[in-house]
Amino acid sequence: MASASGQTGWLGRLALAAGFTFLYAPILVLMIYSFNESRLVTVWSGFSTKWYGELLNNEQMLGAAWTSLRIAAMSATTALLLGTLASVALVRFGRFRGKTLFTGMMTAPLVMPEVITGLSLLLLFVTLAQSVGWPAERGMTTIWIAHTTFGMAYVAVVVSARLREFDRSLEEAAMDLGANRLGVFFRVTLPIISPALFSGWLLAFTLSLDDLVIASFVAGPGSTTLPMVVFSSVRLGVSPEVNALATILVGLVATVSLLGWWVMRRRELQRQLDMRRAQAQ
Amino acid sequence: MGWGRRLVTATPYLWLLLFFLAPFIIVIKISFAETLIAQPPFSDLAQYVDDVLTINLNLFNYIDLYEYDLYLTGYLSSLKIAAIATGICLLVGYPVAYAISRLPEHSRNLALMLVILPSWTSFLIRIYAWIGLLKENGLINNALVGIGIIDEPLVLLHTPFAVYLGIVYAYLPFMILPIYTNLVKHDHRLLEAAADLGASPVGAFFKITLPLSVGGIIAGSMLVFIPAVGEFVIPELLGGPDTLMIGKLLWNEFFNARNWPGASAVAVVMLVLLIVPITIFQRYQAREMEEAQRG
Repeated sequence: MASASGQTGWLGRLALAAGFTFLYAPILVLMIYSFNESRLVTVWSGFSTKWYGELLNNEQMLGAAWTSLRIAAMSATTALLLGTLASVALVRFGRFRGKTLFTGMMTAPLVMPEVITGLSLLLLFVTLAQSVGWPAERGMTTIWIAHTTFGMAYVAVVVSARLREFDRSLEEAAMDLGANRLGVFFRVTLPIISPALFSGWLLAFTLSLDDLVIASFVAGPGSTTLPMVVFSSVRLGVSPEVNALATILVGLVATVSLLGWWVMRRRELQRQLDMRRAQAQ
Repeated sequence: MGWGRRLVTATPYLWLLLFFLAPFIIVIKISFAETLIAQPPFSDLAQYVDDVLTINLNLFNYIDLYEYDLYLTGYLSSLKIAAIATGICLLVGYPVAYAISRLPEHSRNLALMLVILPSWTSFLIRIYAWIGLLKENGLINNALVGIGIIDEPLVLLHTPFAVYLGIVYAYLPFMILPIYTNLVKHDHRLLEAAADLGASPVGAFFKITLPLSVGGIIAGSMLVFIPAVGEFVIPELLGGPDTLMIGKLLWNEFFNARNWPGASAVAVVMLVLLIVPITIFQRYQAREMEEAQRG
């Protein structure tokens, strides 16, 4: 099984092939059948794009998608802000009072079962509404708060990993050249960790877009999100419109991720080239 | 600490105290309340009338959990299903993580991205994809009947098997990632030294690689096990009426029976059961952070 470093034996290749087939085959089947003419999702009766047409005419689905996108954009942004602040505090500030509790509260949302988070947040909102009159009603605001809370934990994982491997001599150099702490953070630190900030934001965005359970607990009338609509239609059985929606979603995610990977790889190659040039001189 | 540092720490800290910690305290409080037909549907614990403070602690929500077999069975079967699914995830995920860690560096990142990519698409839709595959006249049954391996379609959907499959499928990336992160840091000179001293590759794997990767195995297992115990979507869509899982029972108690205190008691007991695994996960995370800081 163990071969020399940097090599994959046939067993390894088999593991990879089996693993990726398992991960991707169900999604691919789903995408293929979104172009099936028949309503029966399992019998192929000819190529058609009519389910995409029906999807675009489904007002309920489109409305929910718009709600979900707005909530995801808002909560990813606040999660990025709070998660980055938390990462700076955890990685840079050494020990401080209450740090153990802070670390605990930052990592627990990563594993907490969603039904517990959803129920407990709802009960908080109800209690707050009773005692201080806010939030007056549940809806997009309460979902935004819920999604920000778990989103910031994921942002912190990505951003604090980047902060830890950060070469601090760059910051020290800027300080020596007379920049103040805040200036260094905005002009040196932030630009360098910006890829991590971007992937943290994107992670929080997709997690928010995807959440069914927590949103179901804290939503109110008039704030139905896309996963809620999908869930209620899936409960009734297989629907080709959901297949069409899935295909669009997977296509979007794959495009953005592959593009991101390609840009990073080009930057890395460029950097290596620059280093070699600098050394040659 | 200067005021700037204080502000940086206090903002996320206060947010988490209010929206993460406080809710748990409220759940515990409401689990001791009585169910009312009112808005909100539960009683106040403390009443202050005529200078007298009365506190009513209602233990019946917990007694109910103990007396109804449904809940006991639900907890036990959730723990069992999550544990077995975590084991399968480990058996499937470890070889994949190992193989990726052995790829040349530039293809490692692509392979890693391909592992993460499915979890960036909708969880709900990935579980839904299995309905079409597992149905009585679904793709797997049609294929098996077509080849002639079986005469009658198998009952695959709405079975415990489908629930295991769904959990393994949905959580596999969370098992692969931490194991990969651990394996990729190993010093390959250890294996070369073992080979020089006459160890077989398999022997070296079990004596060196596997023990060194225990940290990754624990992290991955906790990332799968803890959320799987409270899973709702997978047993709801892929499981049958006899596949009891506690997340589903909590959901029904809350949304169908509208018994908020009852649902809170279910949540509190689930949390107590999960405290040990959550603590293990947190210890591991804290150690990882310290190591990364030093390294």
